[in-house]
Amino acid sequence: MGFAVAFWILAIVLILSALFVVFLRNVFRSALCLILCFLAVAGLFITLSADFLAAVQVLIYVGAIAILIILGIMLTREVQRGSPANRLRLPAFFVTVIFLGLVVFAITNTQWQIAGVPPQEPTTSVLGLRLFGEGGLILPVEIAPVLLLAAILGAIVLVREK
Amino acid sequence: MSIGLEHYLILSVILFSIGLYGALSKRNAIVILMSIEIMLNAVNIAMVAFSRYIVPLLLTGQIFAIFIMVVAAAEAAVGLAIIISIYRSRGTIDATEVNLMKW
Repeated sequence: MGFAVAFWILAIVLILSALFVVFLRNVFRSALCLILCFLAVAGLFITLSADFLAAVQVLIYVGAIAILIILGIMLTREVQRGSPANRLRLPAFFVTVIFLGLVVFAITNTQWQIAGVPPQEPTTSVLGLRLFGEGGLILPVEIAPVLLLAAILGAIVLVREK
Repeated sequence: MSIGLEHYLILSVILFSIGLYGALSKRNAIVILMSIEIMLNAVNIAMVAFSRYIVPLLLTGQIFAIFIMVVAAAEAAVGLAIIISIYRSRGTIDATEVNLMKW
């Protein structure tokens, strides 16, 4: 019961804040709504018993990416012009509605094989074993920092004063 | 009615559609970047929901979600660097006015 209430509250907050991100005219306010959206996603991870991912969501999205986006808004000073829509607004709306209808149709008409097992809790040690353990995913784990290093170097090179 | 996999998947696809509409229809490049972040979050919700309801002991979807977060962080950093660089050279971040290579 409490689980269902938490799900519906988080879902409503999530959808409303995402709509505000897209439709508010002030870019800074939509960035603040984006932070609320990330926090609601972290709450949804908790209802899915993904405790490690909820913590990582708060650290990376709310802590790092939101700050980066607000910094970008400050450095580009386009808050006054707002975020108007371009000429493709109606076609974009129709494409979105068709996509939404197709995927909802596919979801509701699929027989999902739900496992009756209760979920793993806490997940941190299991995730660590899956990533670093025997027969795990050590190569992707090693490639991810290389990607991050390349992204950091690319960002520094792009914004450096000539 | 108890909450199941379909609820999470439909919530995820609604969120993805909002992000898709924003990414397709907005002029401000930073708002487009925020919409892309919303879409990545929607995909993460779907991944974690699959992991919770279909393979609850293997946590495969959560591992996918971790790698998606790594790529999203890299994408946000490089995207904002490109936007700031465009703003310095052209004085605007309106995506419809950056049309040097547009046909």
